Amino acid sequence: MDIYLPIAEISVNGFLLLGLGALVGFMSGLFGVGGGFLMTPLLIFIGVPSPVAVATQANQIVASSVSGVLAHWRRDNVDVKMGVVLVSGGFVGSTVGIWIFTLLNNIGQIDLVIRLAFVIFLGVIGLLMLIESIRSHFRKSRAPAARDRRTWIDRLPLKMRFRRSRLYISVLLPLGVGFIVGMLVAVMGVGGGFIMVPAMIYLLGMPTSVVIGTSLFQIIFVSANVTMLQSMTNQTVDLVLAMLLLVGGVIGAQFGVRAGARLKGDQLRTLLAVLVLAVAGKLAYDLVVTPDDLYSLSGMTGK
Amino acid sequence: MRTDRGRGLVAAVLAVTLVALPRTSGADLVAALSNSLVAITTGFSGTNVLLFGTTRGEGAVVVAVRGPERNEVVRRKGRTFGIWINEKEMSFQHVPAFYALAASQPIDEVVPKAAAARHQIGVDHVRLQPVNPKDTGAELKTFRDALIRNKQRLGLYSIAPAPITFIGGTLFRADMYIPANAPVGTYSVNIFLVRDGYVVAAESTPLIVSKVGFEARMYDFAHRWAPAYGLLAIVVAVVAGWLANLVFRKE
Repeated sequence: MDIYLPIAEISVNGFLLLGLGALVGFMSGLFGVGGGFLMTPLLIFIGVPSPVAVATQANQIVASSVSGVLAHWRRDNVDVKMGVVLVSGGFVGSTVGIWIFTLLNNIGQIDLVIRLAFVIFLGVIGLLMLIESIRSHFRKSRAPAARDRRTWIDRLPLKMRFRRSRLYISVLLPLGVGFIVGMLVAVMGVGGGFIMVPAMIYLLGMPTSVVIGTSLFQIIFVSANVTMLQSMTNQTVDLVLAMLLLVGGVIGAQFGVRAGARLKGDQLRTLLAVLVLAVAGKLAYDLVVTPDDLYSLSGMTGK
Repeated sequence: MRTDRGRGLVAAVLAVTLVALPRTSGADLVAALSNSLVAITTGFSGTNVLLFGTTRGEGAVVVAVRGPERNEVVRRKGRTFGIWINEKEMSFQHVPAFYALAASQPIDEVVPKAAAARHQIGVDHVRLQPVNPKDTGAELKTFRDALIRNKQRLGLYSIAPAPITFIGGTLFRADMYIPANAPVGTYSVNIFLVRDGYVVAAESTPLIVSKVGFEARMYDFAHRWAPAYGLLAIVVAVVAGWLANLVFRKE
């Protein structure tokens, strides 16, 4: 059942897309991650032009974060004030990101930058997670080390109180975090949860209970902004593709959550780390291996 | 005065028509497409367009299908710190987005180089001009070859001519394949009758490749009403996410 994607302008097997959605949905249900960092490279692997993959993925992230945030909202696990500050930074960051994206697209380097960004981020995060999970195998009980040292961070001006997070910190900090994550959403088509969550815990010092909810809350708005800007500047959001991935993703996530309940936390983290490293490895290999043809046409992806 | 001029005009038109008639509708070559519209729909995965016609007298029939023209950028990768990065680029103008060839006889035997070049028969004779006139020489040739090679890999330029079969001496047919990734636009199907190394008759007929129905509206919407499309995409995503959450909550 081939389906013609009107924006990507390619014909792809519909079941393959549903299957990809289900696979990534399963992963995100299993590991509790957004899955954008897996989906965007997978879409590129199956031949979707990378600008379309990135922009469409941003649209899909809107949907998955809405569905995720509602559960946290009901349990009052969203720090709205912090979320709004992060969103403000995120709006500026994603707007700048789109500008960079368009520029890179015009000079023919967007494909390279997307792949490089993935290799670097996935490689570093995968390694960190792997080290962390191997360590926790040896030391069973270990509380996450919250930020406790007094550093330059505490000397930043414009302090603001975040009641829900029980924090009194400079507003510049969450603004900066929001800005960087917003840029990543625009350029890489990821939700940024894998950067945002560690940054919230270790850099901002937020309590773990509100981290996921607040992160999802702000991702909705930032990825919606990216969807809008991509639609307006590059016309690369493919609604048909987004819908197919979404349907698969919803079903896959249900099975993922159930499977996740049967596995132990550190086992899960080790698995996720291996998976992240595998994706990074494949992307890195493609960058280094001599291409079949050194010449390519604009709009084509890699090989 | 006015009527004189009018009469003169009519006479001129008649004269041109009379001179032109024996050449164009002398029926040395008549051809038509089974279908002059290729509709790209949700399930589109390529299609065959049947070209049929008749010839009078000896000769080989050659068909060249050209897609809409556009600019193409060819980029060459080079190795920097072990990573392959696009380094040099060359832009070409008036590049047919699609080019397919069919012939009733081996093309090298019936069409001399000069005729092939004049009528742009065969991918090697498609006129590909660099946007920058300074691009010349060997560099131009490698980029040109790379453009053709990439197009061939995408299935948009033909590698070998498709066969044209003659039925009963004068009636011919050719199946022209339009692949799933064929760009939309107006194609021209050029039919040549080649005799003794000369193109003795030629005909051209348009072929429209167009997205229809849902795909067309979607594409059109995304490009013409970009802000509204973006808003729609967001609304659809929010509703879908909310519905997904409802499904989850039942568990």
